[in-house]
Amino acid sequence: MRRYILARFFQAVVSMLALSLLVFFLVRLTGDPRDLLLGDDYSQEQWDKIGELWSLDEPIYVQYAIFLRNAATGNFGESIFWKEPAVEMLARRIPATVQLTLTAMSLSVIVAIPMGVLSAVKRDTWLDYAGKTVAMLGQSVPAFWLGIILIWVFAVTWNLLPTSGREGPLHYILPSVTLGWFTVAGIMRITRSAMLDVLDSEYIKLARVKGVPENVVIWNHALRNAAIPVVTFLGLILGNFLTGFVVVETIFSWPGVGLLAIRGIQSNDFAIVQTVVMFGGLLFITINFLVDILYGYLDPRIRYD
Amino acid sequence: MTSSLPNERSIADAGTVGSMAARLEVRDLQTWFYTRRGIVKAVDGVSFALEPGETLGLVGESGSGKSITCLSMLRLVPEPAGRIVGGEVWLGDTDLLQLSRHEMEQVRGRRISMVLQDPMTSLNPVFNVEKQVGEGSMYHMGLHGSGLRDRVQQLLRWVRIPAPEVRANDYPHQMSGGMRQRIVGAIALSSQPSVLIADEPTTSLDVTIQAQYLQLLKDLQEEHRFSMIFVTHDFGIVARVCDRVAVMYAGKIVEMAPTRELFSSPRHPYAKALIQSLPDPDLEVEWLTTIPGQPPSLYDLPQGCPFAPRCADAMDICTQQYPPTFETGVATDVSGGVFAGGAAGVSSGVTAGGIGPSHTAACWLYDGAPR
Repeated sequence: MRRYILARFFQAVVSMLALSLLVFFLVRLTGDPRDLLLGDDYSQEQWDKIGELWSLDEPIYVQYAIFLRNAATGNFGESIFWKEPAVEMLARRIPATVQLTLTAMSLSVIVAIPMGVLSAVKRDTWLDYAGKTVAMLGQSVPAFWLGIILIWVFAVTWNLLPTSGREGPLHYILPSVTLGWFTVAGIMRITRSAMLDVLDSEYIKLARVKGVPENVVIWNHALRNAAIPVVTFLGLILGNFLTGFVVVETIFSWPGVGLLAIRGIQSNDFAIVQTVVMFGGLLFITINFLVDILYGYLDPRIRYD
Repeated sequence: MTSSLPNERSIADAGTVGSMAARLEVRDLQTWFYTRRGIVKAVDGVSFALEPGETLGLVGESGSGKSITCLSMLRLVPEPAGRIVGGEVWLGDTDLLQLSRHEMEQVRGRRISMVLQDPMTSLNPVFNVEKQVGEGSMYHMGLHGSGLRDRVQQLLRWVRIPAPEVRANDYPHQMSGGMRQRIVGAIALSSQPSVLIADEPTTSLDVTIQAQYLQLLKDLQEEHRFSMIFVTHDFGIVARVCDRVAVMYAGKIVEMAPTRELFSSPRHPYAKALIQSLPDPDLEVEWLTTIPGQPPSLYDLPQGCPFAPRCADAMDICTQQYPPTFETGVATDVSGGVFAGGAAGVSSGVTAGGIGPSHTAACWLYDGAPR
């Protein structure tokens, strides 16, 4: 187990380095932040001064070396526009994204897993068709469209819910539903197909042969086995959510990580973009690691030694 | 004991479960599958009886309806495509087909149980042995905690698992095929059922392990006195373990006889052909004997006897009308000689009462009426 964790740690370091390289160069392809910062009317002196301040005129590999050196000490630079450490700006945004994620996640898991299981158990009945319809709608309706429609119906027309911001519990409803809608569809589809595979298996037949009550067969014997692909999918979704659901946070002006990323990109704010992307990468790696550990608990065949 | 705790009652029951030997009788069982290509009569009018302690072999090629017959008795036919459309399955004085789903759950494992074919896939990979073996005793005997653990140890010792106290914590993937199949046996017998169905339990084991497993089943049967239905297409196994044999073809039982008699004087042309195609190690032959033709497609059965197209003795009536089942114990042999069916009951240890004809065949050749 220790060797496994150590190996995973080195893999993580390599992945993070690759990611930093990628984001560092990509973000510099989008343009020089001075163009936006200084506008049309500036002197060469101002240009050079800012360039010096942010090491913008150094050769690009020197800039990367500086970035790495600073990052190693936890310094991810300062936002060019807000003149604040990028890490602090990110940290302030994290709670909003985490809260929205947890709400949307729990909502979709609570709805989707039972729906997927029932859909598989009642295969080819109206219940299954209803489930399939929901899944199809969920996967084909884009979040930006759904978000706007929900705002229009529930906030504008009926005036029941707030359109944007994050002031109270009511503000969570529309963004969570918009986020969860897509996830429900995915989780349901995966749960259903995993359950169908498992329900066809010989060990489920044997469980019935020995007289285990049908609901125990389904919710314990079968679901435990069907859980693995579902957990994998949940891990991916969780990673997506925590890095800020860019579209949903934009529609609902949710002050989360996604919105910060958008602002950073729009203003060529290198430090912000780099920090957010690196944070996302770290989250993904961590979640993947946790999911792999969880496999070991779900399936005794995958235990690491 | 009007208000006994569940545990007390169940342990008391546990003592009696095993001794509740019951007769099993299947009458005119029909299980059909409704598919896009049409109706498949997988089991089409199967009747037989199984006396307490007896072992009945169910033989036939793949698709002849052996396994579906067994699953029908447990009411585990894959739904919604498969449906039991007719018949009765009497276990003691209960018709299993009339029970509610919930009542049926209490019959399965407790009064009638089954060993599945492939030990590699019939154990749940995410539960350890203790949980899987103990589950039956938990639901049927109400055992919990240390009582349940002791019970699991006992069951593992029955099926000769070495070091059961260690093995109980293992997961299926940590065990060999032979050991897994013994675990499946322990699961099937955990509530001491009166009928055990063994659906080709040794097919996926290698030959030395096969012999061991058969011996184990026979020993357990002697000890616990359950009756057994043994599904197989291996006549060697039939000869070793079965008292009587039912031969199935295209969803019907075409011949039923005490084992020794089936081997010495098979009646139905299909059974004859099967016996003839058994390789004889004493004879040097270049080609093994085979049955000409193909088994019929169940989607499109010919009129009359489904074996008629492959049958050397087919008559006109065979392609027109399915034959009834004839008692052939003392019937005139095809060759004209008279067969003395007196020894029929002796080798099988079958009691005469209630079993009915001792050697029967569904074939017009045995129609006593002149034509």
